[in-house]
Amino acid sequence: MALTRIPERPNRHDLLALLLTLGLLALFLEASREAVGPFHPSPISLDPAKLPEYTLRTTFRMGVAFLFSFLFTLIYAPLAAKTRLEPFLIALLDILQSVPILGFLAATAGAFAALFPGRALGYELAAIFAVFTSQAWNMAFSFYQSLKTLPRELEEVATLFRLSPWQRFLRLELPFALPGLVWNAMISMSGGWFFVVASEAIAVGKTQVELPGIGSYLATAIAQGNGLAVLLAALSMLVAILAYDQLLFRPLVAWSQRFKYEERPGGQPARSWVLDLLRRTHILRGIAEALYSWALETLFQLERRRPPRRLTLPLWAVALPLLLLGGMGALALWRQLQPLGWSEVAKVFLLGFLTFLRVVGVLLLAAAIWVPVGILLGLRPRLAQRVEALLQFLAAFPVNLLYPFFALLLLRYHLSLEVFSAFLMALGTQWYILFNTIAGSMALPEDLKEAARSLGLKGLTLWRRLLLPGAFPHILTGLITASGGTWNAAIVAEVVQWGPVTLHATGLGSYIARWTLEEGQGPHLLLGIAAMSLYVVVINRLVWRRLYRLAEERFRF
Amino acid sequence: MLLTAKDIVKAYRAGERPYPVLFGVNLALREGEVVALLGRSGGGKSTLLRILAGLIPADAGEVRFKGKRVEGPVEGMAMVFQTFALFPWLTVLDNVALGLEARGIPKGERLKRAREAIALIGLRGFEEALPKELSGGMRQRVGFARALVVEPEVLLLDEAFSALDPLTAEGLRGDFLDLWLSARISTKAVLMVTHNIEEAVALADRALILQGSPARIGKEIPIPLPHPRDPSDPQFRALVDQIYEALTPREEVERRLEEELLRLPDARVGALMSLAEAIARLGGRADLPLLAEEEGLEVDDLFPLLEALELLGFARVEKGDVELTPAGLAWAEAGLEERKVMFAEHLLRRIPLVARLHRALLERKRVPEGWVLNRLKEHLPEPEAKRVLSVLLEWGRYAGLLAYHEGSRMLHLPHPSR
Repeated sequence: MALTRIPERPNRHDLLALLLTLGLLALFLEASREAVGPFHPSPISLDPAKLPEYTLRTTFRMGVAFLFSFLFTLIYAPLAAKTRLEPFLIALLDILQSVPILGFLAATAGAFAALFPGRALGYELAAIFAVFTSQAWNMAFSFYQSLKTLPRELEEVATLFRLSPWQRFLRLELPFALPGLVWNAMISMSGGWFFVVASEAIAVGKTQVELPGIGSYLATAIAQGNGLAVLLAALSMLVAILAYDQLLFRPLVAWSQRFKYEERPGGQPARSWVLDLLRRTHILRGIAEALYSWALETLFQLERRRPPRRLTLPLWAVALPLLLLGGMGALALWRQLQPLGWSEVAKVFLLGFLTFLRVVGVLLLAAAIWVPVGILLGLRPRLAQRVEALLQFLAAFPVNLLYPFFALLLLRYHLSLEVFSAFLMALGTQWYILFNTIAGSMALPEDLKEAARSLGLKGLTLWRRLLLPGAFPHILTGLITASGGTWNAAIVAEVVQWGPVTLHATGLGSYIARWTLEEGQGPHLLLGIAAMSLYVVVINRLVWRRLYRLAEERFRF
Repeated sequence: MLLTAKDIVKAYRAGERPYPVLFGVNLALREGEVVALLGRSGGGKSTLLRILAGLIPADAGEVRFKGKRVEGPVEGMAMVFQTFALFPWLTVLDNVALGLEARGIPKGERLKRAREAIALIGLRGFEEALPKELSGGMRQRVGFARALVVEPEVLLLDEAFSALDPLTAEGLRGDFLDLWLSARISTKAVLMVTHNIEEAVALADRALILQGSPARIGKEIPIPLPHPRDPSDPQFRALVDQIYEALTPREEVERRLEEELLRLPDARVGALMSLAEAIARLGGRADLPLLAEEEGLEVDDLFPLLEALELLGFARVEKGDVELTPAGLAWAEAGLEERKVMFAEHLLRRIPLVARLHRALLERKRVPEGWVLNRLKEHLPEPEAKRVLSVLLEWGRYAGLLAYHEGSRMLHLPHPSR
């Protein structure tokens, strides 16, 4: 979590960033109004033979989004770490992280579709964009954090030997950042499945858009009540997630261990059969190494021949367009929100409070259950390691696929969504609490556990004095991650559907979801999203960051 | 003259005020010599070395390398780091070749030269290993190879042996000395920063002592011994004593006692007690090199303790010897509770900072930690202020003069015991 570097009190950069973000979103909305062109997608077929193709397309979307996120990270983080724009760019990133992008799916879909009228490309891009927004900010933060914490002595070596900018980047900065970046990418990716599924079957105004993919397949299967198809879709999802894990992230994690700057004792080194396989290949490895070395050599030679001119833009050249953009955005924001009136604003914040209660309540409940379970599991490392793989899968599985079933259950047993939407919201995010707690419990120093045993600490005292405080930083990280996801999930969990019946819960999530469906109701949508962003930002600053500092100072070993 | 420094001034910022570290430092490095730079910890040795290397700019004064002004890292100088500073993701070979890569030397050539350097320093066979597979001594050999492969005329050693265990350090020192004496390396002069006096006498042709705060070169001690040098040789011992003495000049300490009561030395109470006990055991008076050996302390650890004992009026240091005062002798021999009381008395009487803080506590009952830190920051740079605060807290808590509540970060009077 990249919370430490941000000051607790918001400053003008935060304000600017917030304004700019909301403003841009407003512009986006205005643009999307004209985007309700004709779109004739081929209907989703439930034929199982089509499923591999659909899976592939979903997987492909994820891959493209991941690539974009990575590129974004490589550009944005160095800009933030090395230029004078740093405080602004970091504040912007923080705000962007807090915007519930799910609420904007329809709008972005509209806007992207407008770029490529009459073709599916726009909607494809919108889906990719949704996944991108769930990954990019995290990854950029991680890279930025690494760039700011380069070991001083290595920087000195780089300066002393006069490494060129590219040499510095490729020999020092990128390798140092890699382990953190890979880990973050993996976690972000697991959040991404949620978004890709949600963005495959959306309604833009009156148009129902269905991109071929697992998400839309499942939506169709549920709408038709086809149980077998539902099962097949879930299985395909499992295969896709497993494939990404085994073929991309395991190898990356295992490989990136080489770049760890400090060896922490304990902990199993990550292994990957794919990486082992690749390492054992001769030709492939030889070709890869030769290519890599050739590319580096060429790059460095080129750089030598044409040393880069220092690009020194005067500050106004950057600040002026930003200010203009921010101004236009603010104007658009005002134009859209002004007709709504203050009573609507008050209402939205009240709704936000209801959602807030749900988020807090369900997180506390989840913590009350999963923290003890996680700590107990962590004390049995062999078992924990087996469970962890399952948990990572559970966290990645897009639970929004399952919401219709819960709608059915609620209907059958006459349960109120007002309460149970909270459970739906935490359905996917609760696992973050569990697996972070397990990690924290496993990281408890052996000597402390021994000391506790020799002192005869037992029961409540043991939990109060060692287990809970010892795992606290990890528990907190889990809670923070879960909290972010839970807010986002509110948008899809406060309105659920089974067949023709739609259930609504009173809250900000359902407010946003409702206005997404209504045509030409951009202002309401905007207001809802602004309110939710504000809630998230304020809670981050007031609660999470303080707790995080406390954890860093008091509860680190 | 290979490398000269003239009137170097360097200060760090402490709030509004600059906090001077170096003032008017002059030195010259001639061809064919090894010069050792000694001084107290935190006394500006490393800062000076980094200014000479062009890593950080001086506030005033100039550094010249072969007559040309040094305004950034230059090609003819290389440095070996205390912490090795190897890139963990590069193999030994790539680490060594890094400096050549930065100069744009083609791959074949640079690997050939890197291999030669690796063989020279005795690491053949480890070319493809990663640094983490090597022991500390081997890692520092990589550090030397990386510095030597760019054929520097001046080699800078920043405490290059101090992270190694004594035996390993000696081995590496010996091997380096052999390379240097047999002129198998291109290096024409070596400047080494160290806090190990024996090491300085074993390797260097002269020793420069940084004294004072802000520091300047206070003394130059030639070491005209032929190689190989024998640490048990009386001349060797005499030079070690001479350097010890130069590091504890009487007038310097007294000036510090008067002017710098703010900069409490970094001395833990437990270490103070065991040092006082050791001196008492040796008859109340001890030779510093002997004491250091007896207690297994490095010079860097020893001096702050001695300074603290002097500040408290428990000991006096003169001419390379330390002697306990009557009060110090009594303290060393007192029981646990008695010791606390005596320590508190001396703190209040001799250290104005403690006395002032204690008065503030008596008046207000509670004082926020931040308030004390801010007072300190008016005179000291932030890390130094924090360090002083932590010493102040430890001394005060041990003496029973104050208590500290971590949650609220408040200092308050201790609860009366029973």
